[in-house]
Formats: sequence, structure tokens, C-alpha cells
Amino acid sequence: MALLQISEPGQSTAPHQHKLAVGIDLGTTNSLVATVRSGLSSVLIDDDGHALLPSVVRYMPDGSIDVGYNAQTAQNLDPINTIVSAKRFMGRGLKDIDVSQQPYKLVDSNEMLQIETRAGIKSPVEISAEILKTLKARAEKSLGGELVGAVITVPAYFDDAQRQATKDAARLAGLNVLRLLNEPTAAAVAYGLDNASEGIYVIYDLGGGTFDISILKLSKGVFEVLATNGDSALGGDDFDRRIFCWILEQSKCKPVNAQDTRLLLTKAREAKEWLTDHATAQITSVLSTGEVINMTLTTKQFNEFTQTLVAKTLSPTKKALRDAELTIEDIKGVVMVGGATRMPQIRLAVANFFKQTPLTNLDPDKVVALGAAIQANTLVGNKSDADLLLLDVIPLSLGLETMGGLVEKIIPRNSTLPIARAQEFTTFKDGQTAMSIHVLQGERELVTNCRSLARFELRGIPPMVAGAARIRVTFTVDADGLLSVSAREIASNVEASIVVKPSYGLSEEQILAMLQSGFGAAETDKQARALAEAKVDAEGLLAAISVALEQDGDLLSLKEKQKITSQMDALRVNIHGDARASLADEIHAATEALNTATEDFAAKRMDASVNRALAGKELNTLDI
Amino acid sequence: MNLNYFELFELKPAFDIDLAALENNYRKIQSESHPDRFVTATSAEKLASMQTATLANEAYQTLKKPTNRAKYLLELQGINALVDNNTNMPADFLMQQMEWREAVEGNATNLSGMHRLLRDIKHEAATLQETLADELDTKKAWQAAAETLRKLQFMDKLREEIARKLAILED
Repeated sequence: MALLQISEPGQSTAPHQHKLAVGIDLGTTNSLVATVRSGLSSVLIDDDGHALLPSVVRYMPDGSIDVGYNAQTAQNLDPINTIVSAKRFMGRGLKDIDVSQQPYKLVDSNEMLQIETRAGIKSPVEISAEILKTLKARAEKSLGGELVGAVITVPAYFDDAQRQATKDAARLAGLNVLRLLNEPTAAAVAYGLDNASEGIYVIYDLGGGTFDISILKLSKGVFEVLATNGDSALGGDDFDRRIFCWILEQSKCKPVNAQDTRLLLTKAREAKEWLTDHATAQITSVLSTGEVINMTLTTKQFNEFTQTLVAKTLSPTKKALRDAELTIEDIKGVVMVGGATRMPQIRLAVANFFKQTPLTNLDPDKVVALGAAIQANTLVGNKSDADLLLLDVIPLSLGLETMGGLVEKIIPRNSTLPIARAQEFTTFKDGQTAMSIHVLQGERELVTNCRSLARFELRGIPPMVAGAARIRVTFTVDADGLLSVSAREIASNVEASIVVKPSYGLSEEQILAMLQSGFGAAETDKQARALAEAKVDAEGLLAAISVALEQDGDLLSLKEKQKITSQMDALRVNIHGDARASLADEIHAATEALNTATEDFAAKRMDASVNRALAGKELNTLDI
Repeated sequence: MNLNYFELFELKPAFDIDLAALENNYRKIQSESHPDRFVTATSAEKLASMQTATLANEAYQTLKKPTNRAKYLLELQGINALVDNNTNMPADFLMQQMEWREAVEGNATNLSGMHRLLRDIKHEAATLQETLADELDTKKAWQAAAETLRKLQFMDKLREEIARKLAILED
């Protein structure tokens, strides 16, 4: 049953329906879903009372799919069909991965890495979608209704390809993505709101497979990210691997098979967790070869051979501080996030570096999901006071390939989102009619050292002498941190644009095909569904514009108002038209037309609301 | 909105601005326009939100950083200060540039030396900013300001170079 929101005195008395929205922490090792109920953010548990869902997906012999604890238990028995840490593969190609370290059959598909299982070849996006589907089902069961949308968290240091892959996975799971939110920012929201904190805070987030460092300025509900850095291939998993390698080294084992690799990695993880509050850990195991492993790992040994991993987190930390032009004296608190920050050597290293005890009062496994839920609740408009504002940044610079294999930066890292930047280029040959545009992400100067996001061509440039054409390339990065690029030759107005769907991501057609095959619906069902959706969209738009006209109609001239109302009437006629195969498309077209007709009105309303906000300022902030 | 960046934040166009007021007004505009406020809005409203929030970010970054602010002020006067970068620089400053560069190269492997250089550079940049404030706000000496700005920009670049070298040293 939907809950009713109780209005505060002085506010609109119309009861708003409480919209069901969740925050999902899609982790390398574990995933969680949380929501805000009665003003409190809480993690949703499964039927057995578990909050964490191990991010493990097993393709079963009978064709079904197991996600979570059962799959995790089976990983030693069925390592090839049981995928753990799929997040590490998101938006990645084979060349990015140390194949020798993986028990899976990895295949290269269109520069994108995929995994061969008994259920066929699966992309990391599809595997992640299974985890998200499980969490969606948990949330809908627990909340008793369909979700309006979800905020999905990603490591702050994820590049465009990894973000796009995450968004694709969510769509594939049937989730409406309200926002991709950076994990440290989500943690800061949960921490900052809980503790009413003000000042500059560092979020040190070492998860299962990723490391992020974010520096935020917290002030009156505004969370402004000043700088972020990290390593999207460094996490608790790597500490397990170090123990695994140590076991092999000490026991002088030959290289082990997939099953034993998985078994020993599990033992390694258990030893790591044991060492959090014990001085030694006993590692015992019998391999498939009959070989017996029995050894003792001390904290001292563990600290020694993981020292370089700990140090690897401090170098991004220093970079982030420098980018924010801050020193450790400016930092009011350091919040620890991610299960791996339970390791005492991590806490010690962070304490020594910042010369203060890090804050560990929130559960490092849950804090990201809790923060994401708070943001989801705000985004769907359940929260009446809109004083929570997140100003996040892009983690890695974006640029274009120029002559000589060099990258010219267009948007520098740590720019606040959303952002748009344009740069002009020219032709270098007489009569050149096409220009190839190669979009890259990264900090290095050479193309080969940056991640290639997309290539496209601007064609049909009128022939001119070299250097006469003016090609304006515009980069736009939205609040999800996702990039779109457009290019235009100024004189001729020839245009080309793409939403950057990197070669790593799934194409729009692939996603639609997967979604449709999932529903398995007959053609007529699909049509009925499409029509119903088109009508809901159209009615929503009509209602929103009616309200806007009522509130701010005086911003428009009579003529402008008439133009909008006639488009509204046209759409109404369409909605109530006779059912026909093309009706959904016709409604879509009329909805689009109405939307376009209201663009100027929307811009005027925006200006008016900005002016109202500035006029409401306290006098002492005026620059007189 | 066809406002210049100062007008957008309701500030008087000057080099010496009230940074607290800038930040405060930036946040007010973002509170109204940020895409997070329009997740469930119509696509026309999303477009307006994106445009205004993007403009506010661009304007804020321009006015927040002294070098960008000075460059923008000169642009409002029709002067593109950075076009003919080094050609009109006085000889003594060119000499000084060389000395700075030699100091950076000489300390390239010396962590404490680099940090000391960073401090010196910050000090020099602060002096240049005072000069800029005087030239832009009091004397309205645009050409002199353009020259000072080019000096300041050189210091910025030097600082970036040291940051890059420090990052390599620390890795």
C-alpha cells in the first residue's frame, strides 16, 4: 500500500503519494538495497534476514540462475559458471584484465569482455543485471509495490564506459535509473546528514574491487565534491590475492586449477577477515590433487606483503588533495567506507597520513546504500524540503585525439557536473570533406595511454582550403557523469552527434532485444503495452504543463500561451483517438511536439525561479 | 539569460569580489536549476535545467579562480589577454621565467625542494594578484593588467608542472 505523506502547515495540503524509490549499492563483493521509510534510511533485508547480497551469479545446470549466498557457496564447486566480482569487468576489454588470474572462460566480443558459461556467453552487464533484478524483487516485495526508480551507485573513479555499462545493467534489470551516484558522495550524504557535519571531509572508500578518494565540502545540506581520485582496479580482492600468492609460494604448489584457485581465494578472504581482530590466522585446506595446505599467517607477515597495496591508496589521496589545493590541516574528518577499511593496517595508514583518527562509526558496508536511498527519496520528490544538493565532479579528463597521437583536453578532471565545453578544430588538407573524431578519457598525453571512448566521423564538410573550415566539437557531460559529443562545421552547419556508447557498451538495439526477449510477449501485447505507456507519458506531460501554466502563465504573452494550449488540445485528441496500430507513435510524436513547444516557457520559468532565489538572499551577502 | 557572469551572480564586475557572495549565489542558482531537481520533470524542463546548471558551473569556475576571473574581465573589455602569449613580455620577466624553470628541473627529484618551490610560487602569485586588483579595479589599466595576467598564467602553468612532477615522485 502506498503511504501518504503528511503535509507541514503552510505547505500544499494536497496529499502527495509517497513514491517508492530505492538506493542500490552494486558492489564488487556485496550489493545492497536501501530505502527511506518514515524519514529514516534503512537497508532492506531478504527473507532470511540478510542485508548483504553477495555479488555472485551462478548459471545453474537446469537453466535457472542463482544469485547471492547459494551461488557464493557453490563457487568452489562450479567456478566456471559462478561469476564473482563481475563489477571488475564492467566496461572493460580483455586487454584490461589479467586473464591468468581468472578462473573463467573469457572471450573477446567487439572489444568487450564476455564470459562463457553453461548458459551461453554472458556480458558483465547481463551478469550485473541479475544482481540488480534480485535486489529489485527484494525491494518490491518488501515495499509492496512497483518502484518508481532507483539511484545506483558507482565508484567515483569509474570512467564513461564503466558508468554506461552500469546504467545498461540497470535498464536490463527493468529499473528506472534516477541517477548514477558516486559511492563516496553517497557515503558523505549518509554520514553528513547523520552527524550534521560542516566543513571539509575526506571519504576514503576501499571496496572489494575499487578504491575512491573524494574530498567534499559540506555546508548547509550542500555536498560539493572538490576533487576525486582513485583506482578502479584496487580493492579488498587484491589483498585476498596477495594471501593466495603467499600460500602458493610458501607451500611451493604448482599452479592450481580453477576449482582450487577459487577454494584458496575463499580461504585467503577468510584469513584476511580473521586477522582484523586476531594476531594470527590458520589456513587449512585439501586441494583436488590431495595436497594438504596447513599454514599460519601472522598479522606482521600480512602487513608486510600488502604494504604496497596500502601505499597504492595514498598516492591517489595526495593527488586529490593537490587538485583541491588543500593540505591535511584543512581536513575536518576522514570517513572510512567499504568493507576493506576494516583492515587495521588500512586504518593505521590513513590515521598516520591525515594525523587524525578516521571515522568508523557508520557500518562501512551499508553507508553507501543508505546515502543512495536518501538521494533517491529526494530525487522523486518525497522530501518536501529541497535542501539536499549534491554537486559532483567528473573524475577523469575528457579530450580528443589531435595530430601526432596526442590528446587535447576539452574537459579537465574534477569539473563540476553538468558541464558543456566546445572547442574548434580545422581541416589540415585542401578540399578535406570529412573529419574523424576520436574521444578519449584519461590524464595522459598520448592517445595510447588513455581510454578510447568513441570514434565517429563528421562528413559532408564543403571543400575548402586547409585551415578554413571551423569544426566545433561540443562535449556535454550530464549529472550521471555520462558524455555525449556533437560536432558541427560552422560555415555549412553540417552536424554529427553521438551519445557516447563506447564500443564496450551494449547497443540500444541489443538492450531492446534483451528486454523484449525477457518479456517474451506476443506482438499485440507489446503494442498494448506501448500504447498504455505512451498515454501515461502524454497525460503526465499535460498535467505538468497545466500546473506550470497556472503558476507561471503570466510569463507568457497571449500568443505564446495559445501556441502551447493548441498543442495540448492536439495531444488530447490523440490520446482519445480510436485504437489503431500507429496510435502509440502518433501520441509520441504529439508529446514530443508539445515538449518542444514548451521549451521557451520552461527556460522562462527557470530564469524566474533563479531570480526569485537570488532576490530572497540575506542582505549581508549582497555585494553593494 | 543573456547576462554576463557577474550579472548572473549579482556581483559588480571587478577583480576583487566577495567570494562568499559568489559561492552563496552560485549555490542558490544550483538549488533551483540542478538536474537533480528535475528528475521527474518534462523534457523541456530538463533541457532548461541542464542549460542553466551548466551555465552556472561555467560562470562559477570562471569567477572563482583569479586567473580566469581576470581573463574574463579583460574579455568584457574586448581584450583577449592570452592571444599573443609571450611575445610582448618584458625581458626581465623572460629571464625570471627561465630561472623558475631551471629551479623546477633542478629540484625534479627532490620532494622537499619541490614543496619549497610551490610555496615560493604561491607567494609570487599572490603578489601578482594584488597588482592585478590594482590595475583592473583602480587604475583600469587594461594593457598593463593583460601583461600581469600573462605572468600569473605562467605561474599557474609552473604550478601544474610541479604537481605533475610531484605525482610522479610520489608514485
